[in-house]
Amino acid sequence: MFLSFPIDRVRADFPILHQQVYKRPLVYFDNAASTQKPVQVIDAIRRYYEQDNCNIHRGVHYLSVKATEAFEETRKEIREFINARDTREIIFTKGTTESLNLVASSFGKRYIRPGDEVIATIMEHHSNFVPWQQMCLECGATLRVAGIDDRGMLNVGELFGMISEKTRMITLTHVSNVLGTINPVKEIIAEAHKHGIPVLIDGAQGISHLPVDVQDMDCDFYCFSGHKMYGPMGIGVLYGKEKCLEELPPYQMGGEMIKEVYVDHTTFNELPFKFEAGTPNVEGVAGLRAALHYLNELGMDNIMDYEASLLKYATEKLAGIEGVRFYGTSDWKASLISFLIGKIHPYDVGMIIDKMGIAVRTGHHCAMPLMDYLHIPGTVRASFAFYNTMEEIDWMALAVAKAKKMLE
Amino acid sequence: MTIKEAEKQIIQEFSVYDDWLDKYNFLVEMGKSLPMIDPEYQTDTYLISGCQSKVWLYARLSDGKVIFTADSDAIITKGIISLLIRVFSGQAPDDILHADLTFIDQIGLKENLSPNRSNGLVSMIKQMKLYAQVFKMKQG
Repeated sequence: MFLSFPIDRVRADFPILHQQVYKRPLVYFDNAASTQKPVQVIDAIRRYYEQDNCNIHRGVHYLSVKATEAFEETRKEIREFINARDTREIIFTKGTTESLNLVASSFGKRYIRPGDEVIATIMEHHSNFVPWQQMCLECGATLRVAGIDDRGMLNVGELFGMISEKTRMITLTHVSNVLGTINPVKEIIAEAHKHGIPVLIDGAQGISHLPVDVQDMDCDFYCFSGHKMYGPMGIGVLYGKEKCLEELPPYQMGGEMIKEVYVDHTTFNELPFKFEAGTPNVEGVAGLRAALHYLNELGMDNIMDYEASLLKYATEKLAGIEGVRFYGTSDWKASLISFLIGKIHPYDVGMIIDKMGIAVRTGHHCAMPLMDYLHIPGTVRASFAFYNTMEEIDWMALAVAKAKKMLE
Repeated sequence: MTIKEAEKQIIQEFSVYDDWLDKYNFLVEMGKSLPMIDPEYQTDTYLISGCQSKVWLYARLSDGKVIFTADSDAIITKGIISLLIRVFSGQAPDDILHADLTFIDQIGLKENLSPNRSNGLVSMIKQMKLYAQVFKMKQG
């Protein structure tokens, strides 16, 4: 239970939280954009360069073998973390964006023909929208977009109604980065599979808040970033079912992804290396491994419980301020709140509460189609992580009330 | 009043506030009192799009001086716009072109001009200078 959540010990692990901004203790509520890193992750990166740095794979010398082992061990740990069937299904990428571009590009080349359709939702981040949109435009295909209801929940019926013999792929987010909505991905995947349609899940916002089991979910692809799960920037993962990945052509060409190269043709390496051209981000993988250990030690269920209590408390506190409107009030929500106050521009609220030491995000949150759908210029978004506290939420509520008074 | 004098006056006005809250309160009040841009210019043609807040800017030449009017959907942005207009409106194109604004930095609002604020203000200053350039060329 969250009551026993070791918040003091956890906070002590995150050096960046212990600083003052504008002479106030930093309150970091921009976790949906990027999470902070525990000292264990920072140390792992330092240790990597002090003791293990080397280009991996193929080297016969001691350091290369050691660095390769650590790299491949991390792949196994990620497989366990998301319960993938095989390590060959774990591809290291730069992050969710690259994972999504990889699938959209390779899948488009292999499967999409003029007249075909891809289904997405209105709540997608640009990263899971633009690659598909552009691929469809190039291929003469159509991107169809399912809408949401008043509470910011996906219109699942509408999405199912879009499925036809033209549908080649359904791509949607696990958790909305604006609304916090947790989508019923398992139900959607089961329905899609009845029609033989693969499903990609953008897990950028899901991976740090929910236990993820890709076999139970039965998704065909799942993408996430290290930096949103307490790991380093520039490292991410693409999970794909082995048979799906086998059938996709390579995304980028270069070293590592080849088997044999001749003057006139090339044969490609096996999974996962087929999709890992060039020297990978070995430092990032070392840091990500430490982040995984950290999350495993805390336990995703404990994290979920504690964050649920933060969300509930913050929602109550903000609801107490007259004029606050929430965007995204699903019963199934990750720990983030999007809101507006009266006619006040979100930018103004963000600027004022920043001066009180509170880091929130304002704007369209890389979801301009959703903003258009909601007819708003943007929102103020407070997104919580397991190192945040109820006291910080109290302070935010005071700051928001003060901003409201100033700006009205 | 020259551009330098107008800057000096603003710096003096702000010097009484050492607290950020008072400073922003002052800015918000100025934003509220900024005369709105004529609705006919509050269109996409005159829009300077920042990532977050929008700025509309219109300029005309009157007796050899550039007259600016502007508006924004965010009140803090609007407050800063009102300062820029105080400094630049009614000045000769050549003076605007050669002005090196320092007052925003000096009154402690520099962060509003950093590119990551995405509020359209950096583009607004560029656009004001562009208007000045065009008017200068028209004057021959």
